[in-house]
Amino acid sequence: MTRSLLVIKTLVFCACLAPFVLLVLRAFEIGGLDLGADPKAEVLKTCGMTGLNLLMLTLCVTPIRRATGINRLVTLRRMLGLFSFFYLCVHFLTYIGLYIEFDWSMLLEDIGKRPYITVGFTALMLMVPLAVTSTNGFQRRLGRRWVKLHRLVYVIATLAVVHYWWQVKLDVSDPLLYAVLLAGLFSARIAHWRATARKRGASVDAKAAMAPTYQRVEPP
Amino acid sequence: MSSRFDAGIKPSEITPESVFMSRRTVLAAAVACGLVPSAMTAAATIPADGAFPDLKTWPDSTTEKQASFKDITTYNNFYEFGTDKGDPAVNAHTLKTSPWSVEVTGQCGKPGTLTLEDILKPHALEERVYRHRCVEAWSMVIPWVGFPLADLLKRFEPASGAKYVQFFTLADKQQMPGVRYPVLQWPYREGLTIAEAMHPLTLATVGLYGKVLPNQNGAPLRIVIPWKYGFKGAKSVVRIHFTDRQPQTSWNMSAPSEYGFYSNVNPERPHPRWSQAKERRLGGGLLSGTIATKIFNGYGDQVAQLYQGLDLIQNY
Repeated sequence: MTRSLLVIKTLVFCACLAPFVLLVLRAFEIGGLDLGADPKAEVLKTCGMTGLNLLMLTLCVTPIRRATGINRLVTLRRMLGLFSFFYLCVHFLTYIGLYIEFDWSMLLEDIGKRPYITVGFTALMLMVPLAVTSTNGFQRRLGRRWVKLHRLVYVIATLAVVHYWWQVKLDVSDPLLYAVLLAGLFSARIAHWRATARKRGASVDAKAAMAPTYQRVEPP
Repeated sequence: MSSRFDAGIKPSEITPESVFMSRRTVLAAAVACGLVPSAMTAAATIPADGAFPDLKTWPDSTTEKQASFKDITTYNNFYEFGTDKGDPAVNAHTLKTSPWSVEVTGQCGKPGTLTLEDILKPHALEERVYRHRCVEAWSMVIPWVGFPLADLLKRFEPASGAKYVQFFTLADKQQMPGVRYPVLQWPYREGLTIAEAMHPLTLATVGLYGKVLPNQNGAPLRIVIPWKYGFKGAKSVVRIHFTDRQPQTSWNMSAPSEYGFYSNVNPERPHPRWSQAKERRLGGGLLSGTIATKIFNGYGDQVAQLYQGLDLIQNY
């Protein structure tokens, strides 16, 4: 790892951890900070939003890498994804511990009856195999299957935005913003896949077209 | 069906204003002679210094721990000033509460437009500590300042056909930035059956914590119905309308399956998206436990009779 990459990774790590540190400071009312009138809701919302933001950032890495050609950006992707998983776990634990207070029958009722919880819970469960297989070892061992497995992130991100959308009371302008961003990220990938498919096709065509020319130009 | 919600008050039973006024004359004379303490001569006004003097104490106030003034005034749902809980406290300073007038329309003997001063003058203000339960499953204990709404409504002589009362909130884009966005149908409107509106717990509210109501809490005049979810209480009221039909209410218009006309606090009837069985009592901190929500927010002994024979799950 080059030194500049190490510096960048350290900075990103600190930036990812900062919202959690801030939340702890607010929870303990350190430095005049507090969680406001509804602390449980504040923790739930902050962790949910930070997790969602990091998930979106994770999905930004590949399009930015392709657009800029800075391939080393890919090394940040795992860290962003794992931090997203971390915040969403705290989000879930806040709900379990502070909202339903470990009432497991309530949990089952919520997952069964309340679609936004069903969707959010599903998204978090789908993140587990991705977090587990995020190591270099698993990446190597699974090979192409790893790539396929980690395409689950598209399903997860969609479910996460739906979860956000369904729990707002009325004003869906914020979740709409995330839906638009997600649609943008998907279209960037679709455009890329089309372009590579076209290039592949085009290179076959070009070879065919160039073959006679090549033969003619080829001097003895 | 509407007759079920009759206030049980015949127009003939409502004190005619002439009698009402003559009583006031007698009282005034009695005060002048020193027979009655002057605090009884209800002559409420909005105090210039912001603090109400001589508030009556209401004996039935809850003794539960009150939410802080800060929490009550910085955590608000008042979409006319933005949809974030913190928005109203930041944006509501643009609301001009003086001069203020309220239009009274519909099926009543004395429609017209009253200034806030006219509205308050005959009434004695009291402090009432009520539980306030939001449909979002949080609650606060709030010391309101006000007087029974019934005392105000009687002055307009509701007709026998007036089975419902509708309340309208101001909707002025100049003063209320949130009104520019169509998140709800403006003006915000709410409604009660006449029996609910006339119930002695229903409070015409002008203050909290002994002070003039801050703008973000619905100044200068809001309605508080402690056994219903908070959104039923219209804020910054500019119109009161008596009608024979169940009136439109803003939240019901936008999401009829989620917010019914009654919206009584009911742990048995979950919101379609979340449970209403428990509530987060604000002021207790991050780790304080939630508390079980009570039917009619714990005011069932006083209000349950309003809903006899009514299926509260169907009529949510």
